[in-house]
Amino acid sequence: MTTITRNKKSVAVNPLKQSPPLGAALAFLGLKGIVPLFHGSQGCTAFAKVLLVRHFREAIPLATTAMTEVSTILGGEENIEQAILTLVEKAQPNLLGLLTTGLTETRGDDMEGILKSIRQRHPELDYLPIIFVSTPDYKGSLQDGFAAAVQSIVATDYGTPIKSNVETFHETSLQQITSQKQVTILAGSLLAPGDVEEIKEIVEAFGLKVLVIPDLSGSVDGHLDDDYNSKTPGGTSLSQLQQLKRSLFTIAIGESMGPAAETLQQRFGTNYEILPRLTGLAAVDKFLWLLAQIANYKSDPDWQLNPQVPQKYQRQRRQLQDAILDTHFYLGGKKVSLALEPDLLYQTSWLLKELGAEIQAAVTTTKSSILKELPIDNVTIGDLEDLEDLAPGSDLIITNSQGKRLADKLNIPLYRMGYPIYDRLGNGSRCLVGYRGTMQFLFALGNIFLELGH
Amino acid sequence: MTKPKIADLLNEPGCEHNHKKGQQGKNKACTQQAKPGAAQGGCAFDGASIALVPITDAAHLVHGPIACAGNSWGSRGSLSSGATTYKMGFTTDISENDIIFGGEKRLYEAITQVIKRYHPPAIFVYSTCVTALIGDDLDAVCEAASQKFSTPVIPVNSPGFVGSKNLGNRLGGESLLDYVVGTAEPEYTTPYDINLIGEYNIAGELWGVLPLFEKVGIRVLSKITGDATFEEIRYAHRAKLNVMICSKALINMGRKMEERYGIPYIEESFYGVEDMNRCLRNIAQKIGDEALQQRVETVIAEETAKLDIALAPYRARLKDKKMVLYTGGVKSWSVMSAAHDLGMKVVATSTKKSTEEDKAKIKKLLGKDGIALAKGNAKELLKVIAKTKADMLVAGGRNQYTALKARIPFLDINQERHNPYAGYVGLIEMAKEFDRALHSPIWQQVRQPAPWELSVPPEKVSVGK
Ligand code: SF4
Repeated sequence: MTTITRNKKSVAVNPLKQSPPLGAALAFLGLKGIVPLFHGSQGCTAFAKVLLVRHFREAIPLATTAMTEVSTILGGEENIEQAILTLVEKAQPNLLGLLTTGLTETRGDDMEGILKSIRQRHPELDYLPIIFVSTPDYKGSLQDGFAAAVQSIVATDYGTPIKSNVETFHETSLQQITSQKQVTILAGSLLAPGDVEEIKEIVEAFGLKVLVIPDLSGSVDGHLDDDYNSKTPGGTSLSQLQQLKRSLFTIAIGESMGPAAETLQQRFGTNYEILPRLTGLAAVDKFLWLLAQIANYKSDPDWQLNPQVPQKYQRQRRQLQDAILDTHFYLGGKKVSLALEPDLLYQTSWLLKELGAEIQAAVTTTKSSILKELPIDNVTIGDLEDLEDLAPGSDLIITNSQGKRLADKLNIPLYRMGYPIYDRLGNGSRCLVGYRGTMQFLFALGNIFLELGH
Repeated sequence: MTKPKIADLLNEPGCEHNHKKGQQGKNKACTQQAKPGAAQGGCAFDGASIALVPITDAAHLVHGPIACAGNSWGSRGSLSSGATTYKMGFTTDISENDIIFGGEKRLYEAITQVIKRYHPPAIFVYSTCVTALIGDDLDAVCEAASQKFSTPVIPVNSPGFVGSKNLGNRLGGESLLDYVVGTAEPEYTTPYDINLIGEYNIAGELWGVLPLFEKVGIRVLSKITGDATFEEIRYAHRAKLNVMICSKALINMGRKMEERYGIPYIEESFYGVEDMNRCLRNIAQKIGDEALQQRVETVIAEETAKLDIALAPYRARLKDKKMVLYTGGVKSWSVMSAAHDLGMKVVATSTKKSTEEDKAKIKKLLGKDGIALAKGNAKELLKVIAKTKADMLVAGGRNQYTALKARIPFLDINQERHNPYAGYVGLIEMAKEFDRALHSPIWQQVRQPAPWELSVPPEKVSVGK
């Protein structure tokens, strides 16, 4: 079992973590036609926007209630109301994602009351679901904010689909939809848009209908649309959200998605399984076996279990095994230091461990039950200064772009992972999960060592 | 910071926004309230960091929850020729407990830990929304720490919710005025000492200009704050002239240094030939003797001759290309005059953050068909681009993906850009970038429809036997 140490400092030096509201906004961005709205002062939104724009190299729609000193003291109701009305007029969103910040949480705005009275005053907004999540900046990290937002997304009532509400479905596909088995995937913050894309492809290959929450692969994956968007151009749609209760099963990817899966079970009785990672042979095996069983499910108890995995993935599995053979020469015995959010840390460190690498140091951002199960004796909840103290002597550092300076200083190669990544292209399409993603990840690491002549 | 002080800064008399509109009372650009749902800009804390973080050897400690520093540290584009302490992120990263019991103790410990481990010559401590709301006494903590460690610990009272980035710039300037300028003496002075104020050495722009000053015999005593050391700002009060570069951002510094130390100030720009020439001439005229003025003329003649040769091929390729320019205030007309030098046309530009004087200059450069955009968002911009049939968009990084998604060439002109455009060499750099953006072979590809999207398919093959 891993012991968890919190650094004793009163100062974070070169912070590793980003704020929970940023995480919540990111989760909201995986819904279609949404504008995430920060209830706070304008700077928080501007910083979050700049970070996401630079990471994804995309235009990112984020809005703010623009609280001032005076409006903070008086309470935010008027600003929230005005912001919602302005957004409705300007962006015509299908959904709104409202999240709090440190400022408004410290003030203690009664958000439920405020939303209620806005609803009363504006019956014309009845059609517009507002997903609310409380994300004080001073509690947790990006991963926490992301998880809280996902939980709010699945806890919100979107009404039942009426015909006119079904945006994209044609008559034929509508029929298909209702007869096809549907699986909900809760995609944790450890997954990038490229990962989500891969997951969707895999689930669909089993003949299943997939409902991913949140689906970043449609919104910040880096594709050219024909129109300019002041709300997200893709992602999980409102009509999909209205179909949530139809799912036969929930697969939560990332430990932090547990509470959201639990919520779905409570609301709709949907059983779930939490897969804390989706990288590495055994982890992907488990995922595919689960899908095969769901695809094979019949309510008839006498049904013979004979789950099938598509040929394509059987072949990819053998390719991964070969890649593992090829790369283990380069990864075996290597000492790796990581600074990542808990879920990503768990996924990545276990994969490395399984390839024969050694985890020299692990630094993370926030507490999580998964931290007890890392392949290392000790993990520090801390910052990049802690990593700088722990990493000397390792062969590889894995963290976000902010680790560049310390990696250079220590003369250790850096593999970039997490948020933000400013100095690499393709963050919207990189895929590190599934057999294929694992393989690509192993090759990337192997190549780093080959380059160095290890 | 006391309320009256913020009100003072908003009504900064050195600011054109106030000057010219004195009669009507309100200065729109400065006090304009951010609009819920529509606001896009940074906060006062952001502005204060923009103004102060370029001080390279100081530690910049942000007192607040992770939102303020965690999402922004290390991403400023200012370059350093020496220390890199300013590139580090320091924050108290306060938790719920600190909010309940007050964050002063944690702040004091944080300062202690930064001094003990990194020994910076000074620490700037920034307040933020939450720590201001709970009433942490930044000034008192900084005072106590300064005494204890004999290191200047400077409070910057810039909580985001007091206002915009612009106001934050000034709040940063106030901290320099109150705690830094005038606290040390330079080794020696010369009659040709100037300060550069409001130039942050983004992408190393200063380095394109400093050699020119050296060549003519003007000494830059203090750079406020691009590539500055803490020490050099302390003795800035000994300069003979303040040259305000991004003029409005730190205008309060120019005006107050005139008041306190009798240093006159002028407002200049480094963008484009004409502005650069004028800048050198104006400085020489203010502080120089005839010899200096003569040297300035010689350098201008040399540099512009060299420049003409270097720019000739670009001028031919850029002639009459149309751009839409979208950037704040003073940069609008600077970039416009640079574009003008290259023979390009600015068909529309923003006047959002511009003063009346700026607006007049812009109008002159725009000509009668030009469009002045009073406000703008991404959608608005795209409309104007379509309407004017502009060849490219020149704007801040924030709008980059707007332009790219619309498949329009783009040049980044703000904070996060990577190329230095100041001075004569900067103009060559800018010409190169314009050329590269406009004449890239990619535009045709990203606009090209797929063969199956064409109404007349390009070619048919006979499939089968
Ligand atoms: S608006 Fe306030 S809380 Fe938000 S980043 Fe600026 S100072 Fe920090």
